[in-house]
Amino acid sequence: MTAIDIDLATDPAGVPRARAMLGRAEWAARSFATYDKPSVDRIVRAAAQAGAAKAREYAEWAVRETGFGVVEHKVIKNLACSTGLADHYAPDDYVTPRIDAAAKIVEIPRPAGIVFALTPSTNPVATVYFKTLLALMTRSVVVVSPHPMARECCASAARTIAAAAVEAGAPDGVIQVVDEPSVPLINALMTDERTDVIVATGGVPVVRAAYSSGTPAIGVGPGNVPVLVDETADLAKAAKRIVDSKSFDNSVLCTNESVLIVTERAAPALLRHLKSNGAHLLTPAERDKLVPMLFHDSRFNIEFVGRDASWIADRAGIRVPPRTRVLLAPFDLVVPEEPLAHEKLCPVLGLVQVRSAERGIAAARAVLRLSGRGHSAAIHSADPRTIMDYAASAEVLRVAVNAGSSLGSSGLETNLAPSMTIGTGFFGRSSVAENLHPRHLVQWTRLAYNRDPAEAFGDFTGVEPWQAPRGPVPPYPVPSNTFERTGGGSTRHDVTSLREEIRRLVIEELAVVLGGGGRG
Amino acid sequence: MSDELIAFASKQDMLAKSKEFWNPDKTQFWIDSGVPLVIDRREGYFIYDVEGKRLIDVHLNGGTYNLGHRNPEVAAAVTAAMQRFDIGNHHFPSLARTALAEKLVSTAPPGQRGVPGGRPPGPALSKVMYGSGGGEAIDIALKSARHATGKRRIVSVAKAYHGHTGLAVATGDERFANLFLADRPDEFTHVPFNDLPAMEAALVSRDAAAVIMETIPATYGFPLPEPGYLAAVKELCERYGALYIADEVQTGLMRTGELWAITKHGVTPDILVSGKGISGGMYPVSVVLATETAARWLTEDGFGHMSTFGGAELGCVAALKTLEITTRPEVRSMVHYIAARFTAGLARIQEQYPDWFTGVRQDGLVMGLEFAHPQGARFVMKRLYENGVWAIFSTLDPRVLQYKPGILLDPGLTEELLERTEVAIGKARNDLPKGRS
Repeated sequence: MTAIDIDLATDPAGVPRARAMLGRAEWAARSFATYDKPSVDRIVRAAAQAGAAKAREYAEWAVRETGFGVVEHKVIKNLACSTGLADHYAPDDYVTPRIDAAAKIVEIPRPAGIVFALTPSTNPVATVYFKTLLALMTRSVVVVSPHPMARECCASAARTIAAAAVEAGAPDGVIQVVDEPSVPLINALMTDERTDVIVATGGVPVVRAAYSSGTPAIGVGPGNVPVLVDETADLAKAAKRIVDSKSFDNSVLCTNESVLIVTERAAPALLRHLKSNGAHLLTPAERDKLVPMLFHDSRFNIEFVGRDASWIADRAGIRVPPRTRVLLAPFDLVVPEEPLAHEKLCPVLGLVQVRSAERGIAAARAVLRLSGRGHSAAIHSADPRTIMDYAASAEVLRVAVNAGSSLGSSGLETNLAPSMTIGTGFFGRSSVAENLHPRHLVQWTRLAYNRDPAEAFGDFTGVEPWQAPRGPVPPYPVPSNTFERTGGGSTRHDVTSLREEIRRLVIEELAVVLGGGGRG
Repeated sequence: MSDELIAFASKQDMLAKSKEFWNPDKTQFWIDSGVPLVIDRREGYFIYDVEGKRLIDVHLNGGTYNLGHRNPEVAAAVTAAMQRFDIGNHHFPSLARTALAEKLVSTAPPGQRGVPGGRPPGPALSKVMYGSGGGEAIDIALKSARHATGKRRIVSVAKAYHGHTGLAVATGDERFANLFLADRPDEFTHVPFNDLPAMEAALVSRDAAAVIMETIPATYGFPLPEPGYLAAVKELCERYGALYIADEVQTGLMRTGELWAITKHGVTPDILVSGKGISGGMYPVSVVLATETAARWLTEDGFGHMSTFGGAELGCVAALKTLEITTRPEVRSMVHYIAARFTAGLARIQEQYPDWFTGVRQDGLVMGLEFAHPQGARFVMKRLYENGVWAIFSTLDPRVLQYKPGILLDPGLTEELLERTEVAIGKARNDLPKGRS
């Protein structure tokens, strides 16, 4: 038998559906942009709880689907990016106008509109949670395009958030997800004029494509995090924090430490503490077995992304003690041809000893010259002078101090904004210099009064531009004669609540009829 | 000499030749109506007069352009198909016709479920027959019903419109039937819409083959069926041995927020007819969905109805793509949004002119706007045209304007359309002959 399959499609698979999503999103965005604060709070809370309830399920699913990371750590991230995020921003308000009587200015929040969210394979579900919740907080709608390696768990996660949001009153289509992500599809959506902003988390090519699309974009560059430890640090704590951070989710956060730079005076004690925390210092021979496997043609071998230390050691034929969490790979000089000086999304940590903190700062600058400009750095020190010099010299936009970088730079263990999207600013060819925050998805219309004191400022107290939705958005289109008799000059503007009630009854009745309960 | 197939000296020259060689009465009618439109290019929901005037199309030829003019996806599918197919041979099994039939059956209203201990399950729509236009499809439906029941009489509603072919025209208003001496009162019974006793009286003698109804009669200005009316008619059909034919040519294809409007009434018809928008306005085709019983002739004598262009393969490809687009969840959601926007927007306009703009008949994006003058919609149509909107009055009730926006409208164009409509309605009110409000 010969299969007959006549392909009359002219667009790449999935592109027409994705464009249809933008059509629906336009309507959803219009509606959502008028919601009031209590409605938004209710939606965010419901969505966050739905995400939290499935934090473990999706953590397991993501590890199963991608092979990256650690279930327990993904649970932590999924919780941090659902209820954690909702709690963190609960005191904030991106909906209610702000009145500044002294300046005679009123600021009215205006949501971004349609957010096209690209999510990575390394932090798949946490990033879906993160971006969709930020959008819900600010009344934007989202089309998610997950990384192909993580598309199933991400699609399910996006639908979980969407269903909870709509159940809590959000407009239909507030969160949509493409099932067949592909390069042509991403390009089509990025360049579509209905897309208001692209939030791109992923590899360099996709971020550059976002910025080249002509659509406003928030894209972030890659990380390559130096961590400096000097002799003033509490070395026991520093060692524990570094190992915990480097092994967290097997280093798939872009904020994970890449190269440990330690002063010669601190090194012996630090190495001892690192060892007792589960770091294995590779011998030069072991290192030389590992490096060619870890890097192919000077590119990081994707096979090692998010794998644990034992798996990596085993693959390289290196014997390590049980419960080894991090492999320490010593090298001499931070130069471009040294593979270990580049980003490593796995628990292999480069190790460089320097004569002084000053030399350490230079080494950190060298690490960042290779990649990771604008991203993150960490330092363990008690000397404010060194810390200040380090932060003012290294070309990064956040420095985690006496904290692990994975969770410190991403705001989960510091007071930075908790974020799965780390702005790399002008250093890193990005428009955003901070950890992505709800405020990046909202802009403000400013009412500015004449400065002339003779011109009085208006009293805007209690003047509310937004409303709560009345019933489902959009309502089911029941025929108009089921809520009014036509003709005779009847009007319908006074009967909203009655109409909603009847609409509900009709839908229920219809459901019974269509569901097979005979007909009436 | 020129290889240009279409060339006129001017619009006036073209209109003169239109009267000379095509249809003098119709050509003059539009000039007299203040709608001297000669459509040139078209794109999305816009049509452009040969002189460049842009109009938002809210007529859409009864839903033919639901997806917009020259929808890029439909156009691309037909263009691709033309590299391989043409109309096809109507006698042989055809790839495109079979694929479309399967798609239509799989998206058709399901057979009604039975009641335990009560009525048995209803039959599903499981066969597809093809025509080239709506009228032909209606004729096929009526012929099938007559064959299946062995009865001749057809019941339709007064002021109905089902097309202009031999049987279809007889079901409709006498204006079109009498002109060509095509009325057959003995075989075609007309009953008032929304009148169940009249319907029962027409069926009680058990000699009717079928009741044929548009789910919302378009040409009569979209009077809405009373809640429960259509389901009751279906029940009467079952009681008296007639088939129920749902004419979904104008109401189907998601216009009401469901693929087929009849499903909103809890009815699975014995026969369902679609045309117009089914092939995205790119290549004509019409379809008849029927239950096994209603389509029995297909197993007895498959050559019983033949049509060279019926189910033309290019049309089938256009229809496959149209159905694929139309049944996307995103599109259904959009229709609900758009419908709600019109409900709110039209109510606002009504508030301003309650004595003039007296009512809105709306089911999704099927809308009839009622005005307080017997010819009211013709005044509004003229002012809409001036204001860049093309919408047509209801031929059989010119008090009512047919207002049929596209199912893929975006929010911006929707707002523009409502604003233009508001202005036109206000102006038309001042056009009324003196002495009326």
